[in-house]
Amino acid sequence: MLSEAGAWQALQQVMDPEVPVLSVCDLGIVREVSSVEGAVEVTLTPTYSGCPATKVIEQAVREALLEAGATDVRVHTRLAPPWTTDWLSEDAKTRLRAHGIAPPGGQAGVHVLRFQPACPRCGSRRTEQLSAFGSTACKALHRCLDCREPFEYFKPL
Amino acid sequence: MLEPRVEYVLRLADGALLLGQRLSELCGHGPVLEEDIATTNIALDCIGQARLLLALAGRLEGQGRDEDRLAFLRNEGEYRNPTLLELPNGDFGRVVLRTFLYSSFLDVLWPALQTSTDADLAAIAAKSAKETRYHREHTADWVIRLGDGTDESHRRMRDALDALWPYTAELFSKDYVDDAVTRDGFGVAWATLRDPWLRSVEAVLAEATLARPPDTPFLSRGKTGVHTEHLGHLLAPMQHLQRSHPGAKW
Repeated sequence: MLSEAGAWQALQQVMDPEVPVLSVCDLGIVREVSSVEGAVEVTLTPTYSGCPATKVIEQAVREALLEAGATDVRVHTRLAPPWTTDWLSEDAKTRLRAHGIAPPGGQAGVHVLRFQPACPRCGSRRTEQLSAFGSTACKALHRCLDCREPFEYFKPL
Repeated sequence: MLEPRVEYVLRLADGALLLGQRLSELCGHGPVLEEDIATTNIALDCIGQARLLLALAGRLEGQGRDEDRLAFLRNEGEYRNPTLLELPNGDFGRVVLRTFLYSSFLDVLWPALQTSTDADLAAIAAKSAKETRYHREHTADWVIRLGDGTDESHRRMRDALDALWPYTAELFSKDYVDDAVTRDGFGVAWATLRDPWLRSVEAVLAEATLARPPDTPFLSRGKTGVHTEHLGHLLAPMQHLQRSHPGAKW
């Protein structure tokens, strides 16, 4: 029978389809997990209102839990409090950097929207923004002026 | 006549839906690749917000209409968006200017709605506020860049401003819906947001070397269901699939 701890463990393996180095737990979108005799209820908080990955993530969560032995899976959506990049763990930020994505600079809402993230490849602070929106709404497109590599920046939200 | 809370939420929902649909028209047609992607990402946020708001309107109405039924099975006269959002895109300057003017409005509205007595509306507002800041920031950059750009880009921005400015008056016109929703703390009257909106918009226009057009007596009335001929042409392709194949699933 799948316990609550077992369910959390299974969820650690569910990766964000758009940022595949982060699990749904790393992202902080899993707000609550409960298990009653193997029937699991999961509460998720969406990242962006229009994030096209939301449905895919829900489906992946369901499949992972059933695979891990859940007898039934219910996925709830909760909007409040709204998701924030402040919920990303330090470990998640390190892995983002290793994946070539600069992690959010500063606290969401407190920081200025314009920010010069350090290049995730060479560490240089001499970078510039190319576009406020990258391949997904959650990222901006930047370029390093030293190593000349383009990179994405996970925007604080 | 719909219940005022439903009317109030539909004004926001339909505005978000139509802005999202208009911005989607640039998908694959943006002036440069980065901007194509940025515009469609903003469109996605708008449509995401529209889904949440339409679902809320349906729940408040209590007639069993879900977000899809509200989006795809209502005719023009049942739409409650401010007219500004249904106007055709025009050139790129006009596209960014409209998003700038409207997201500057939402940028002052969402924080005020976070204390709504309706928990769902407050949650949607708190979530949307974060996204809207980026929309405003991005389009303000463009308004400044084009307004304070070449003679040609300045002229086009001035034309866009002259064309769109009269439609902003509707955002702040007051009617029974505002009165009803402010009474119980469900919403805020949009009229009270005009001053903070003006301050926020004028700061950017000044930097863009664009003069604020004079106010005119013209008042569009999309919020009350009176629309321009453009809305039908927007809804036809958007609703076609669900009208031709009711209940079709992707």
